[in-house]
Amino acid sequence: MASGDIAYETIIGLEVHAQLLTASKMFCGCSADYAAAPPNTHVCPVCMALPGALPVINRLAVEKTIRAGLALNCTIAGHTLFARKNYHYADLPKGYQISQYELPLCHSGWLDIEAEGAARRVGIARAHLEEDTGKLTHMGEAAGDTRLSAGRGAATLVDLNRAGIPLLEIVTEPDLRSPEEARAYLVKLQQILRYLGVSSGDMEKGAMRCEANVSIRPVGQTQFGTKVEVKNLNSFRSVKLALEYEVARQIAVLEAGGRVVQVTMGWDEEHGRTVVQRSKESADDYRYFPEPDLPPLEINPAWVAELRAALPELPDARAARFAAVYALDERDAALLAGERATADYFEATAAALGGTAPAARTAANWITGELFRLMKAAGVEIEQVQVGPAALADLLGRVERGEINANSGKRVLGQMFETGQPAGRIIDELGLAQVSDADALAAAVDAVLARYPDEVAKYRAGKESVLGWLMGQVMRETRGKGNPALVRALLAKALEG
Amino acid sequence: MLHITIHAARRMLRAGDIGARELTAAILERIDAVDGQVRAYLTLTPELALAAADRADAALVAARAAGTTDDLPPLLGIPLAIKDTITTEGIRTTCGSRILENYIPPYQSTAMARLQQAGALILGKTNTDEFAMGSSTESSAYFATRNPWNLAHVPGGSSGGSAAAVAAGECLAALGSDTGGSVRQPAGFCGVVGLKPTYGRVSRYGLVAYASSLDQIGPLARDVTDAAELLGVLAGHDPLDSTSVPAAVPAYAQMLDRPVRGLRVGVPREYFAPGMQPEVEAAVRAAIQVLADLGAEVREIGLPHTDLALPVYYLIAAAEASANLARFDGIRYGLSAAAESLWETYRETRGQGFGPEVKRRIMLGAYALSAGYYDAYYLKAQQVRTLIRADFDAALAEVDVIACPTGPTTAFRIGEKMADPLSMYLTDILTLSANLAGLPAISLPCGFDGAGLPIGLQLMAGAFQEPLLLAAAFAYEQAAGWHTRHPTL
Repeated sequence: MASGDIAYETIIGLEVHAQLLTASKMFCGCSADYAAAPPNTHVCPVCMALPGALPVINRLAVEKTIRAGLALNCTIAGHTLFARKNYHYADLPKGYQISQYELPLCHSGWLDIEAEGAARRVGIARAHLEEDTGKLTHMGEAAGDTRLSAGRGAATLVDLNRAGIPLLEIVTEPDLRSPEEARAYLVKLQQILRYLGVSSGDMEKGAMRCEANVSIRPVGQTQFGTKVEVKNLNSFRSVKLALEYEVARQIAVLEAGGRVVQVTMGWDEEHGRTVVQRSKESADDYRYFPEPDLPPLEINPAWVAELRAALPELPDARAARFAAVYALDERDAALLAGERATADYFEATAAALGGTAPAARTAANWITGELFRLMKAAGVEIEQVQVGPAALADLLGRVERGEINANSGKRVLGQMFETGQPAGRIIDELGLAQVSDADALAAAVDAVLARYPDEVAKYRAGKESVLGWLMGQVMRETRGKGNPALVRALLAKALEG
Repeated sequence: MLHITIHAARRMLRAGDIGARELTAAILERIDAVDGQVRAYLTLTPELALAAADRADAALVAARAAGTTDDLPPLLGIPLAIKDTITTEGIRTTCGSRILENYIPPYQSTAMARLQQAGALILGKTNTDEFAMGSSTESSAYFATRNPWNLAHVPGGSSGGSAAAVAAGECLAALGSDTGGSVRQPAGFCGVVGLKPTYGRVSRYGLVAYASSLDQIGPLARDVTDAAELLGVLAGHDPLDSTSVPAAVPAYAQMLDRPVRGLRVGVPREYFAPGMQPEVEAAVRAAIQVLADLGAEVREIGLPHTDLALPVYYLIAAAEASANLARFDGIRYGLSAAAESLWETYRETRGQGFGPEVKRRIMLGAYALSAGYYDAYYLKAQQVRTLIRADFDAALAEVDVIACPTGPTTAFRIGEKMADPLSMYLTDILTLSANLAGLPAISLPCGFDGAGLPIGLQLMAGAFQEPLLLAAAFAYEQAAGWHTRHPTL
């Protein structure tokens, strides 16, 4: 990043909180599936912090954290501790959050990303387990006031359904060098968490949340600049926009001869700017200490080995395999491998089509082209598509065999997508079965040649491009059902004659 | 009959010599008669107790008719008192604090669930120092409990209400909680038996936390047999408490009769420091001689880090307490002071709801954990705690049981130490180490001072060595007979 005479380097580190997909909460038996539940219905003495209640560790949350750690190339601790992070707030029933401080479950990993055409390895400082807080709703005059001042008619409602949901916190090293790299990292991280079934990674629903530490320094300087924490980043887009804004703001401050002050900023999506939430001059003191209610957690290396062996093939490896085995171009391979459900769908379709590289490429073309277009238009995900891999392969087989032509195939897929009906029935209903009867097609060719003598003359005078136009006319004559290869052959023959 | 033991009452109930309602009504009458002086109870539940007694009587009658009284639950029809730091579903649980004055728990503690499953019935909740922070029950936000042996004196604390209730015949036995001596010290002051089990032996689920790594629920009883009976009911792994230990539960009450011949008894020289009341030292030394006369091998041992137990305890306990008490914020339950903002709600609720000793310990603990002081205080305290544990490991490699006084003095006068917290803290100096090391320890009566106040003998043993500890205590108790003395009120 350059401005004026000095070139600046951007330094970004990200903290991501991802809700884990577990049946129950982190430290009690309450259901973690709270999205549609009325307030304070998924609560118990433990997550409401009644006097005397005690936490018990959710084994599945530990397992999912280890799996995420392994996928992020982390070292998994053999001996790990939970800690109390002490602070008072209305959404934190115990007055402390059970988190990890010393000896996190996973540490010292990395994630390879690609951004702006360059590959970069992003260090993962740690990935640890903690619990989510409750949710506050500000009413009346308290709305928008995080200090919870109660004016007339103002109130803050506390919903503890979310309190105690397991959270995976993933902290990078300050290795990211641009907002686009930060975005690319998040996209990749979300892919991996989804692949593992560890988290829905849904940023809009708050299942994955991001905070960034941003600083700048003149290129060549080894010391870091003063960092600013940016919160309230609720989408990939807002991460990128907020970081771009914040980097530009910091450069402007330095260019104007000022200095960057250590603060916590919030991203104001509506106005497209970062605003100061609180000054860091009185540094937070969370008084961390080891959680005495939970003994140190000893992780059996054999368990970690089992989990490692059972890790699914991750997006990068899968994309590389698609490119190598099926000779897909890299972009298509990455597109198909990016989500596990899409990749599974692709591989199942390719297998049903015979599993050869050409079959796979056909499947890839149809999925990344027509199917993605239909999904995008309908706003659905692959899991909701009514056309299963076998049904798609059936359709593609019919196209390959010349039963219908490619254009009709697209029409049929559109109908299948709408209705969930099999290809055969739709082809029958629409009367799309391709005409491969040479006599019938020859008649159509003759009719077209008779209708357009000028064009025939042009072709015969050497203007070969007219052939395509004449093809189109014959296909039109057959209402699109003509077998294109046969039409082309018949047309060529008739024109020669 | 007012000073009947659990094991004697059980025999009479099963034989039909007495009914559970009759027994319960007699104890309730006793409470009526003397609790105005002793003030052991914060909350009484006579209707619940009598209704439970009637159900027990029905079961007893049926079992007698069927000849199956031996199969009845062990505490059927036995009226007990519960320290008010222990959660009782549907029964007000104040912890001796204004901040929980009207708090009625909607769930049951594991200890209570186990007592109820064993057939016990509950007379009420006993007074305690606020959140168990104290050594005299004077820091209760409600009133001070008095020592039944001399009403001008404290009963000890923090389980002073439970100890006084047992001594005064206001229950057959009681539960207390012991973080630094809060069962044993009042047991010593009131002339009853008080047992702190090994850390992890009894579930803490539902015990309102003071210092999580030190707290244990334990029984206060008339004799060692009753303490063993209650431990047998309370002990065992609880999936709701991750610090409870999945070790088998021996039949403690059936293992008391072991001979003490050859038992190696260690007497720590550091536990007889200058300043100790001479009558206490004399009584405890005489008690150790009784064990020697019974065939025990007595030898002097060293626990060199004993003098560090007090500062270590007050750093660790206060640090944990500062977090444990953060949940009392006026938002979900308990006292809630109306205020203009969240922070004022916190300040007003906690300012009004907590007494001075609780505030002192929260501040001390928050300070010990704060940035820049953590290493010097909390971390250092944990390191020294390890040294204290190592002292015990080394000593218990040489001896089976450690014998010493429960406290350096007998019960002091009400008001005597309230103005001087440090002198109050010093009354626990001989009991703190067992909590820091997580070891089982028991206090049992071993005589009286010149003023007629009881003296406590403390025995300690290795982790999960309760059978050995109880057998040694039982042997002394049976030889000495102090447990048969009761105060006159």
